[in-house]
Amino acid sequence: MAVLLVAEINDGDLAMDATAKAVSAAAQLGDVTVLCAGADCSKAAAQAATISGVEKVLCAQDEVYGHQLAEPVADLIVSLAGGFEHITAPATAGAKNILPRVAALLDVMVISDAIAVVDSVTFERPIYAGNALQTVKSSDGKKVVTFRTSTFEAAETGGAAPVETIATVGSNGLSTWIEDTVAASDRPELTSAKIVVSGGRGVGSEENFEIIKALADKLNAGIGASRAAVDSGYAPNDWQVGQTGKVVAPDLYIACGISGAIQHLAGMKDSKIIVAINKDEEAPIFQVADFGLVADLFEAVPELTAKLG
Amino acid sequence: MKVLVPVKRVIDYNVKVRVKPDGGGVDLANVKMSINPFDEIAVEEAIRLKEAGKADEVIVVSIGVKQAQDTLRTALAMGADRAILVAAAEDIHTDIEPLAVAKLLKAVVDEEAPELVLCGKQAIDNDMNATGQMLSALLGWSQATFASGVDIDGDVARVTREVDGGLQTISVRMPTVVTVDLRLNEPRYASLPNIMKAKKKPLIEKTAADYRVDVSPRLEILATSEPPVRSAGIVVGSVDELVAKLKDAGAV
Ligand SMILES: Cc1cc2nc3c(=O)[nH]c(=O)nc-3n(C[C@H](O)[C@H](O)[C@H](O)COP(=O)(O)OP(=O)(O)OC[C@H]3O[C@@H](n4cnc5c(N)ncnc54)[C@H](O)[C@@H]3O)c2cc1C
Ligand SMILES: Nc1ncnc2c1ncn2[C@@H]1O[C@H](COP(=O)(O)O)[C@@H](O)[C@H]1O
Repeated sequence: MAVLLVAEINDGDLAMDATAKAVSAAAQLGDVTVLCAGADCSKAAAQAATISGVEKVLCAQDEVYGHQLAEPVADLIVSLAGGFEHITAPATAGAKNILPRVAALLDVMVISDAIAVVDSVTFERPIYAGNALQTVKSSDGKKVVTFRTSTFEAAETGGAAPVETIATVGSNGLSTWIEDTVAASDRPELTSAKIVVSGGRGVGSEENFEIIKALADKLNAGIGASRAAVDSGYAPNDWQVGQTGKVVAPDLYIACGISGAIQHLAGMKDSKIIVAINKDEEAPIFQVADFGLVADLFEAVPELTAKLG
Repeated sequence: MKVLVPVKRVIDYNVKVRVKPDGGGVDLANVKMSINPFDEIAVEEAIRLKEAGKADEVIVVSIGVKQAQDTLRTALAMGADRAILVAAAEDIHTDIEPLAVAKLLKAVVDEEAPELVLCGKQAIDNDMNATGQMLSALLGWSQATFASGVDIDGDVARVTREVDGGLQTISVRMPTVVTVDLRLNEPRYASLPNIMKAKKKPLIEKTAADYRVDVSPRLEILATSEPPVRSAGIVVGSVDELVAKLKDAGAV
């Protein structure tokens, strides 16, 4: 069975981790063809071709795909849909923007955030912020699925799939890109980092987040935040972990000054080891923590930073 | 300009969700239900557009069981002008799928001709994050998802979107479907007089059959289960002990 997988591409580069994780999910369904769409996607296509388990890479190159706007990219995917039984993608913000549109154009339901492939028509997905898991069986002719990347191992690299340049379908001009506000960072990306250090409202200010950053840098970790920290302006929106932010499952997650609301837990409770540092011993975060430390984070976090490594 | 805001009745975000012992879904009987938090933000945004003189009328619509009337009254009390209830299910445990919701919303849009639809980014029960995108596709309109800023200027809207790398700003042609994220605004509380007034605002009832939309599900729910629970951990007494434990576990 043929599976189309829409690659995650940022500024012409393949998001290798997210795409490779989605490949290992999609490979359980059939032969995977990766679609790279971009203003210049030759580099991303070459990177995608190295992922083991990829049979073929399609490269759709046009200015209109440069910023992954939903309308033209969805039209492109629909134009290719005839040859595929499954249309899949990693469950990134980009794909969640595009794939439901594709599904509606094909008159099928979308299956968002699948965490397991049961068989070619049956998938498991979390609902209610991960407080329940649902197994759903699709009766649609085509299955449109996004895969939650934190639950799949990345496929290896070392492959050499052929790359084919394909015709594009143009734009209807419904939307136009204006600008991206993206903070450059040398830190590991949140969703692929082995260790994540997160700060919540307890951190108290943007300046105080330096304490969190110092620990993260010591551990070569990614940085996360609770919604309260983001809403209060202590941290940028792309650091938010949770039901409506990013879902992470690192080897080690250190929550500092985070109470542990279910919406936050939804984004990190599958981490291998969870550490919680909170001055309130009643904080719900301690119910999921492997190691809890009841302490003032302004003392404990710098001390931890000093004593590690 | 008319603004249409679809609002969903969902389990309140503070309620601890329990899976029914027979695996047949989540228990919703005698559980507090509320307006989906994202939809509250969408209603707030629509009302602000009206207050700013950019919108003339705010229409709220909910699809599902009759009890969604309460959800609509909440939106009316915030300041929406009138409401449409599309009855599409009898049992409170029946969730209408985003594709069917989008088809019903399209039918409402065809009738009401709004220029803007403000949806929530996601319903906190099914966590699908799909309806707005699907509606936009069915209408052939532009879409702007995960909005944390919306600025309407004539026949275009400038929308700031929360994306994985930070923020993206796009410009979309009107009419459009915008899905709203948490940081777009802080919804107001309805005052008591407004709650009373809302009781007299128009609320009409329709059915899915009135719109000739088939709402039968495409996804059959085979099972609903509790997620694996984490085994309880330990509380350490000091940073030194924490460091030792982390080293033992090979975590650092
Ligand atoms: C629809 C919806 C979606 C949501 N999505 C998300 C989401 O994706 N992610 C998310 O995180 N939240 C989300 N939330 C919000 C969530 O419900 C909580 O409000 C939020 O997670 C709380 O953040 P917090 O733990 O930082 O703040 P609080 O709950 O205020 O907790 C702060 C904690 O810091 C501790 N503290 C304070 N000072 C110190 C100190 N000096 N040292 C040590 N500890 C200290 C306190 O004891 C407290 O436990 C969502 C809510 C809704 C309604
Ligand atoms: N049954 C419904 N009635 C009204 N609006 C809905 C319904 N289902 C979804 N929506 C709208 O679509 C948004 C996204 O929902 P979903 O795609 O289910 O995550 C919600 O925030 C609502 O604005």
